[in-house]
Amino acid sequence: MGDKKEVAKDLSNLGIDNEMAEQMQEEFILSELTVGRDDLLEVGADEACTDDILRMLGREEEGEIKLCDIEAKMNESPIPVSIKSELREKLRTVRMKLNAANVDAVLKRVEREYEKAKIEPREAVGIVAAQSIGEPGTQMTLRTFHYAGVGAIYITLGLPRIIELVDARKKPSTPAMKVMLEKEYAYTRNRTEELAMEIEVTHINDKQVSKIESSIDDMCVWLSLNTRELEKRYIKKEEIEEKIRDLDVLIEETKDGKFKIHPKIKTYHELLRLEGKVSNMLVKGIEGIKRAIVRKTPDGEYMLYTEGSALKKVLKIEGVDSTRTTTNNILEIADVLGIEAARNAIIEEMMNTLDEQGLDVDARHVTLIADAMTMAGDVTPIGRHGLAGKKASVLSRAAFEVTVDNLLDAAIHGETDELKGVTENVIVGQPIRLGTGSVELLAKSYGEMTK
Amino acid sequence: MKRGKVSILEHELVPAHEIIADEELNVLLNKYKIKKEQLPKIKSSDPVSKEIKAEEGDVVKIRRSSRTAGSVLSYRLVVK
Repeated sequence: MGDKKEVAKDLSNLGIDNEMAEQMQEEFILSELTVGRDDLLEVGADEACTDDILRMLGREEEGEIKLCDIEAKMNESPIPVSIKSELREKLRTVRMKLNAANVDAVLKRVEREYEKAKIEPREAVGIVAAQSIGEPGTQMTLRTFHYAGVGAIYITLGLPRIIELVDARKKPSTPAMKVMLEKEYAYTRNRTEELAMEIEVTHINDKQVSKIESSIDDMCVWLSLNTRELEKRYIKKEEIEEKIRDLDVLIEETKDGKFKIHPKIKTYHELLRLEGKVSNMLVKGIEGIKRAIVRKTPDGEYMLYTEGSALKKVLKIEGVDSTRTTTNNILEIADVLGIEAARNAIIEEMMNTLDEQGLDVDARHVTLIADAMTMAGDVTPIGRHGLAGKKASVLSRAAFEVTVDNLLDAAIHGETDELKGVTENVIVGQPIRLGTGSVELLAKSYGEMTK
Repeated sequence: MKRGKVSILEHELVPAHEIIADEELNVLLNKYKIKKEQLPKIKSSDPVSKEIKAEEGDVVKIRRSSRTAGSVLSYRLVVK
């Protein structure tokens, strides 16, 4: 940002192009620079223009508030960022009528409304979240597989997917990844396809790639490669030869392009072992990624959808954008990117699943679930093996699932129930400690009152 | 082709983590009238903990982006 005069000059040159003036204002807020009428006239601005420019920036002399002052006041306010930005837009449109006192009053009112909108202490937010997801859940498809807009890759959606997320399964039933690419790769189809092959797993015994036979006559394994398929997958014959040589065996190429592999010890058993070893060999790609499909995003960027997931390894591939590539396996995200990333992923996955089914659930309910699941530092499932099983109350656990086991265990260990939760108080017939039930009257004794 | 280390801190799913000083921690604990054991936890073996070298007993401040509030501060206690 230059000095005052330069700014003034820029402004007057712009005339009163609104959009540009808006942009200039942004910079003014940042630099807290003030430009007066004199400054503008000094650089030879048009009189009429000067008035307009000054009105946009706010004139101190008439008690009109400057944008940077509004900003400063807002920064002190405890209201959330998203409300602030909404408020900023609205204040901007009516700024001409504002002075410092008005702005203070508006902010105070907004703060009060925000406080009012907050959830009351002791409200049963968990129950509300459960109901808010449970009810729309009854309208979800029960079909496990669903076409997900990504040609030929099937991804679990609907209710089964929600259950899977909440159970924090080790591996989802249809692991999949979205692989984003770095700029140099993302706009050329060829390079994207090359990368797809880099990621998609190719075993030597994949039907199209090669034929493996072992012959007892000459005690060796015959490997014939399909050159066309290899080219398609950007694999060189020498790479395969190299890999086999690493197995510590003798390999020779025959005239017709076949490979003849000799086992070290010439026994039938060794021969079979070698055949097994060769056919399971990984030629290219990442173990666990069955398929990678190239797609174009609406922004004209190429990306990959994969069937199967191996986040850690894929992130390390040159050309993969390691900041935007994700998987639908929550536990894998927790392992590679940490618990906070897992929390974000749970929210994303759940909201997407609900959205996809056309259900409108408030993000706060889903956020609460994600918070509860990641509270302990690892991803805890909800249910008898997870959160519900970790409850402190015996009666509450017994009321949930496997009643007898819980009561028996509790009896053996001599557990006590503090009767603090909802379920256990319902069981014993007491008022529950929620909402108005959570406060008690504290009476002063007669002696104290007369004092 | 493989590359060396990938910085996970730059991933869009990973919010900014930062170890906080004792003074800031005390302000926080006094504000909510809690002990630090009552905070949510993060493991010391968590990839992000390792990256920022957080040790057991530290408290990390997390600046999350929120769908409803824009940006939110959250805290986690580092546990074993």
